[in-house]
This record gives sequence, structure tokens and C-alpha cells, in this order.
Amino acid sequence: MTTATEISRKRTGFWATLSLNDRRTEVITGWLMASPAIFLLLTFLIIPFFLAFVFAFTNQRLISPNPTEYVGLRNFSRLLTVRLLILEPLTNEATGEPVRDENNKLIYPRVREFTRNNPDYPQYNGLKQWLAWNIGQKRWVLLAGDPVFLRSLYNTFLFALVVVPVQGGLGLVLALIVNQRTTGVNIFRTIYFMPVVVSLVVVSILWRFIYDGQNGLLNNVLQFITFGAFEPIDWLGNPSTALPAIMAMSIWQGVGFHMVIWLAGLQTIPPVLYEAASVEGANGWQQFRYVTWPGLRNTAVFVLVTITMQAFGLFTQIDVMTRGGPLNATTTVIFQAVQRGFEKQDIAYGSAISVVFFIMVLSVALIQRYLTRERD
Amino acid sequence: MTVKRVKGRWHNVFLVIRYLLMTLLGVVFFFPILFMVVSSFKPDLQILQDTSSLRAFLPVGELSFQNYVEAFERAPTERFILNSLLVTSITVILGLVVNSMAAFALSILRWRGQGVVLSIIIATFIVPFETIAIPLLLLVSRLPWIGADGIVFGWLNSYHVQIIPFIANAFSIFLFVQFFKSLPFELVEAARIDGAGWFQIYRRIIIPVSGPVFATVAILTFLPMWNQYLWPIMVVQQEEYRPVMVGLQYFFQLNVAWGEIMAYLSTITVPVLVLFLALQRAFIESIASSGIKG
Repeated sequence: MTTATEISRKRTGFWATLSLNDRRTEVITGWLMASPAIFLLLTFLIIPFFLAFVFAFTNQRLISPNPTEYVGLRNFSRLLTVRLLILEPLTNEATGEPVRDENNKLIYPRVREFTRNNPDYPQYNGLKQWLAWNIGQKRWVLLAGDPVFLRSLYNTFLFALVVVPVQGGLGLVLALIVNQRTTGVNIFRTIYFMPVVVSLVVVSILWRFIYDGQNGLLNNVLQFITFGAFEPIDWLGNPSTALPAIMAMSIWQGVGFHMVIWLAGLQTIPPVLYEAASVEGANGWQQFRYVTWPGLRNTAVFVLVTITMQAFGLFTQIDVMTRGGPLNATTTVIFQAVQRGFEKQDIAYGSAISVVFFIMVLSVALIQRYLTRERD
Repeated sequence: MTVKRVKGRWHNVFLVIRYLLMTLLGVVFFFPILFMVVSSFKPDLQILQDTSSLRAFLPVGELSFQNYVEAFERAPTERFILNSLLVTSITVILGLVVNSMAAFALSILRWRGQGVVLSIIIATFIVPFETIAIPLLLLVSRLPWIGADGIVFGWLNSYHVQIIPFIANAFSIFLFVQFFKSLPFELVEAARIDGAGWFQIYRRIIIPVSGPVFATVAILTFLPMWNQYLWPIMVVQQEEYRPVMVGLQYFFQLNVAWGEIMAYLSTITVPVLVLFLALQRAFIESIASSGIKG
């Protein structure tokens, strides 16, 4: 960011020899040579970025006979509204006793009666049931404007929460293992890195076969290792295993990338420090704790931030492997943005999701700024 | 480093454990890819039978190119590959020109406003493509294009919709700027005194000494372009312009046999892997250099 001033300092001598005409040529050439990139970045990055914020407050559609209108915060309130509704069990009007069904279960009024044009409860209008619990005799229902989106937010954060530490940590372990001068280490480094250059679409389809419930490679390998004791699982068809399965595959594909980043970080640590630690009699763990780890601080922040951003953007694996299913167990923020913005052609709603996504990414970037700030 | 001080027998024990661990990890990372390539030569029935034993990873049994023949017959696979080659190579080449030129202007030349421009370019790093994909979809669906039949509105279903938005790249510009700034300025000064124009300096002086950064940027743009998926599924519906990854997804949905799928996967993956193995150093250094971002 300080380029201009650095160069001017370096060039003061040279600059003074230039005529006014030469300087004018330089300014014009500068703008001319930079203009294709400036024009393209403006049109295809900066303008769409601001359009996301504009569309999010309208009812813009991809194709529509009606003019676009400003709708205020409507899209965001649909995305993010959450309200609690506590239902009392139905009671027998004569006795005051709660009514029970044939299975001796309490009967509650239907949620629909509160959310469909009920003039007594305007705050619940249009909401849908997201989650429900029975607490005591009451039934607590969490209503939301868009339960599927909230599920996708939850899934995205859960994915990041698992993948970020595991992939970052495993990447560091791999880097430490291959950061030694012993024969054959280069071959292993290459192998660990290979999945990174394989497309995510290819990886996703390949792993569909690996995760297959009937002839899947993983089930067969697990049965082989346990001598047949293992019960085959339909990894992607089961709501409780689908997201973890995609997490494991994503880590497998991406960890080599971060191994390389960690390696670059390891190589910036001066060997003198290790020699000094050796002389002081530090053991392996102490060397790691007091020499390696402090030297990797900025690398660590960079690795964690890049994985977090990739994790937030989870889309390809979902689109190829599960399309968000089963039962929305794997739907994600970007998958929802594409579903609404592209498949349902609701550009405005898709843009609102994009804005929420950008706020997530921006928060992570700000945290990174804070963690790597210059400390005096 | 830890083993250095441990002498004799223990040293060997540690070494064996390390190699065992490395090999085990190697199996985890390599065997799925090996399985893909090996299976692409096997008939379907055998693929399924072999999954229950180590034969899944071995080129044994009835091997043939039958799956490849069928994968190319079932869908216009070669068309998808050519589309991707076209889109990727044009984007990479135009990207190298446009971004290096901008970087030259931003790092060597001096003009009013360059500081602001560079700051804005660096600020765009935090905008992931996913944020702008939806509004960009609307934008390109309305943009004008001069084609064979005069001016038409809408870029959907074309090559240029897959190319033009990705030519300029803020991170590429940043990498070029970093590199050009590290060059000795005397090079430029001497050429200038000899009366060379700025564009000549860019072409004759700067480009010839910037091979490494051009290679880095080419690699870093090639991979995501070849693997592109989110954008083309939205803007390309016609087979005519469909790139490989989207073609693969459609092919997969045809519900064809696994052998053919493995053949398709191998066809589009093995060349990239070979390229990677051949240019391994450059690949890994490019990735490592992206770590300096931010």
C-alpha cells in the first residue's frame, strides 16, 4: 500500500531529470496500462459487490415483467427472524384436565393456527416451525422466517468448527513430518499434496462411490479391518453421518495445501534457534513449544483464516454429493444462495444471503487483522 | 530434529516408526486416486467385486479401454474438454497480459491516483467470489454483446461469460507488483535514458526477466479455471459451451455405470496430475507464495 511513496523515494534522482512532457506521458501511460484491469475489476467485482447490497433491499428477480421495488429489510427479516411460541396442551373445557390421545400423549394446538393469518398473533404470521421441545407439560416451538436458511447457517458453522482445527492441525503434523532431510520425504510430500490438484467435482464423485451404502469402498475396508463385525452404513444417505462424511472428504482434499503453507512458515524459522535450543538441552516437545510454535504465529493465523473462509464457502461438495439432503442435513449458506438466487431466480433473496455470507467472511478477516496486528 | 540427539538403536526405531507413519498417510492420500485410475480399466461387475479386497487398488483381471470408449460415446465428452481448454487458456493468457500490465503501471510508473487504485485492488481480496456470484449473474444476463447478428443483450450460454469476468485478478496483480518492485530500478532507468518508451520497457526489459512470477500466476489461475463449477452451472445451460466439470456432473446424473464414470474422472484428472508431477516445484512454490497474501 506504500508502493507509491517507496518508489518516489527510490526514484527522486531519476524523476528530477524528466521533462514536464515526459512526466505527462508517464501519467497517461500509467492510466492506459492499468485501465483494462481497472475496468474489468470495476465491472465484474466492485459493481456486483455493491449490487449485492442494493438487490438485498429490493424484490429483484432474474426475469420479471414487474418493475423492481424497494422492500426495505423484508428479505433480511425473513432470513433471520426467530420467535418462540409456547403452546399449552388442549384442555377439556368441562373438567379443566388436559386432553390425551390414544397413546396417552398430550394434544397441542396446531402451530399453523398461529402462523396463518391469525389476527391475534400478527408477530407469528408467515413463520414456520424450526425446532420444538416438550418442557414440562408445555410445548416450546421455535418459529423462523426461513428454517432452511437457519439450518444452513448452523451446518456451515458446524462444518467450519470441525474442519478448521482438524485440517489446520493435520496440515501442521504433515508439514512437521515431511520437513526433514531424509530419503524419500519428497515423494511423501508430493503424495500428500496430490488431492489438492484434483478438482472438487472429481473428488466428490469419486467419494460418492467410496461412501456408497452397498458396494462402497469405505464400508468394505471397515468390514475387512474388523473381520466382518462392521455394519455397513449409507454414509451420505443418513442425516447424522452425511455432514461428517463431507467434512472428512474435504479435509482429505484440502490438507495438502495447508501443509505447504505450514512448510513455508517452518522454513522462515532460523536454524540458529534450534541449535541454541539443542545446546540448552531442550527436548523435542520443548523445541516445538518454545521455538517452532512462536515462529509460526502469523502462518497459523493465515492458515486458520483461509480454511475458515473456504469452509464458509462450502458449495461444490454439497451440490455434487447430496444437494443439501438428507432432510437439509447438509445444506449450506452458499448452497441456499444458489438455490434461491439461481434456481428460483430470486436475485434479491440470493443477494441478501450473499450479504450475510460477506458479513461472516468480513468478521473473520477483522479477527485476523486484530490477531496479526503489529505489537510495539 | 528430535532424533538427532538420540543415538544408536533408538534412532533406528524412531526412523522406522516415522517411515511407517508416512507410508500409512501416503496410503490414505494416494489410494483413492489409485482406485479411480485402476477401476477405469475394469468392467463394472469386477469393480464392485474388487472393492472387498486389495484387488480394488491393483490393475488385475480383465483390463480394457472399453470404459473410455463408452464414456466418450455416451456424452460429447471431447467437446466439454475442448470447451474447458479454450476457456482456461484464453483466461490465463489474457490474465497474464492484463494483470502484468496493470502491475507494471502500479509499480514502475508514477501517476496520480495509483496509490488509491492499488489500495482498492488489495481491499478486494476480502470479497470472495461467492459473495458476488448472484448479482453478477443478473449483471451478465443484461450486458450487451456484439455478435454475428448485431448487438444482443445477455451473455448467458457463451464462452465470453466464462472468460471475461475472470481475466482481471486482484491477487495476480498483487503478485506481479511484489515481483516488479523487487527488480533493480536501474534496469528501467538505463532503458529510459536510451530513449525507450514505457511500453517497450514493459515488453523488452520487464517481461524477459519475470519468468518465475508469470509461471506462478499462470499456475494459480489455471487450476481454479479448469476446476470451475459454481459459475458455469449458473450461466451455461447449453451443451455447446459446457465445461468439463459441469459436463461431469451431468454425466454422473445420467446414472451410467461406475466404470465409465471412473474413465471420465481419470480422463480429466490424470493430465492435470501429470502436469503437476512434471512442474512439481513450480506448483508447490506457487501455492506457498499465495501464503504471503494478507
